[in-house]
Amino acid sequence: MLELKAKNNQYVISILSVAMISILGLAVRDFIDYKIIGYLLLVLVSILAIFLEIKPVLLSAILSALVLDFLFIRPYYTLHVDSAEDTLLLLLFFVISLINAVLTYKIKRMQKVIHMKEAKANTMKLYNTLLDSLSHELRTPIATIIGSIDTLQQKNVNLSNDSKDNLLEEIEKASIKLNYQVENLLNMSRLESGYIQPKLDWCDVKEIIYNVSNRLSEELKLHKLIISTEENLPLFKLDYGLMEQILYNLIYNASQYTPKGAKIQIDVKHEVDTDYDSHMDVIKKCIITITDDGYGFPEAEMDKAFDKFYRLQNSKTGGTGLGLSIVKGFVEVQNGTIKLSNAEEGGAVFEMVFAVDCLSINTVANE
Amino acid sequence: MSNSFSILVIDDESQIRKLLEITLEANGYKLLFAENAKEGITMAASHQPDLILLDLGLPDEDGQVVLKKLRDWYQNPIIILSVKSTEEEIVKALDSGANDYLTKPFRTQELLARIRTALRGSFNQSQEPIIAFGAITVDFVSRIIKLKDEVLKLTATEYNLFTLLLKNDGRVLTHQYILKEIWGNAYAEQTQYLRVFVAQLRKKIEEDPNRPKYILTESGVGYRFNSG
Repeated sequence: MLELKAKNNQYVISILSVAMISILGLAVRDFIDYKIIGYLLLVLVSILAIFLEIKPVLLSAILSALVLDFLFIRPYYTLHVDSAEDTLLLLLFFVISLINAVLTYKIKRMQKVIHMKEAKANTMKLYNTLLDSLSHELRTPIATIIGSIDTLQQKNVNLSNDSKDNLLEEIEKASIKLNYQVENLLNMSRLESGYIQPKLDWCDVKEIIYNVSNRLSEELKLHKLIISTEENLPLFKLDYGLMEQILYNLIYNASQYTPKGAKIQIDVKHEVDTDYDSHMDVIKKCIITITDDGYGFPEAEMDKAFDKFYRLQNSKTGGTGLGLSIVKGFVEVQNGTIKLSNAEEGGAVFEMVFAVDCLSINTVANE
Repeated sequence: MSNSFSILVIDDESQIRKLLEITLEANGYKLLFAENAKEGITMAASHQPDLILLDLGLPDEDGQVVLKKLRDWYQNPIIILSVKSTEEEIVKALDSGANDYLTKPFRTQELLARIRTALRGSFNQSQEPIIAFGAITVDFVSRIIKLKDEVLKLTATEYNLFTLLLKNDGRVLTHQYILKEIWGNAYAEQTQYLRVFVAQLRKKIEEDPNRPKYILTESGVGYRFNSG
């Protein structure tokens, strides 16, 4: 519908602009040579060819030729041309404006093709990045599983019980990693499909954080985890499942990309502001900050951290580069924002702010 | 471990059937198998198994429908094993009468624990007036709960919530179910009460309320009591 309108507008523009030049020309017809007007019309058609589609441009070319003949070539107000010179001039005018229109159109088409090729190349690049990280992150655990099983099944080799246990443990770890990656891929496709409808319900954010950190206790074994929440933190209207996934990915990330013994601190607080500008609206916020004292993010790569498939230049282990982009997506579907910065003492700071409703625990308990 | 409980597995994936066969037979269960809904319902009727493990993604019929059909006449526990499980789907299955659910991939220890719990529930509906587990003793007659010999001061709502969870030991109770049971039908959507009272209860009965041992959260679904 809109496209149709835009196309019709192009015809209107071409007709109007030819009419305008004609009126201008009429006003000065007695003072200047009609050839000048011809040139003016030619310039107009050329300019139109740059901006408009081929058909409106052709229309303007035909109109200009008619107008030139009818209004400016003597005898006026007839399509008849007296002199052979003028006939030739009119013919040339028409041909030049046609060539102009067609050439410009062709150039525009070529540009379009180049642009499409570029877009395709970009998609391919993204696709290759995905393949690279996917094949690495999925195949490494699969290779571990297949290899370990082969060794366990080897008949002519005597494995000690310790070695067997070790191999089984490797298989276990690899499977869990594989499961995590698949989970991330599924979440990514959920996000991309736009299908996620957050189920907002009263959440005890402190409980979610402890829940997640208990699930990650193995990964956090060598880290110092500090959870500090406001006394009597209110309940917030968030999606429990999405919050779990967000916190899981962020804490997991922190555990993977900081050195042994690093500190990971999670702070939760709430804010209630009154917005005096707009009818005293009360703005309630849940603010969750995750700070570590690791290496932080290189300033140059900070902007890209949340990009899909993006991985830090020198990152060693894990990750398809999906973890943080899922976090961002899940934060945003819940009316939240996430910001990454580096702490002054080094280390990364992820700050999430959710503008959501909150409810004081005391109100509920005393009802 | 020897027991003669029979378990019917309704699952179209042969790998999962194989895994369950080896794992559950090694733990002393008798196994029956069905590859689709039709076969499953027939087998359930003819063999009357003590427990059914039901996959929701069957080739011939929606698992939720199969569950409802089974529940029309089948009284023993049904545990759902499913790959895709949104919270809505889990809640729906629990509301339709499933005793429990596990998402694939699952750990076998977890599955065995769930099976034991479900079977205990259906075979041992004990009416003991006093129950003791961990450091907790509950006297249902005098409504007294003790933690390490110390009487806990629970409000009436806290006591009701605690005993509801305890009576369904090992079972997931959905938010809606708990809210209706404790606060009444009008409160079915008022999860804030549940969040606050569960937190309060944990503070009183759990050694570390942040790492609860007894009242476990089933994210987005409900709570599960675990007496250990």
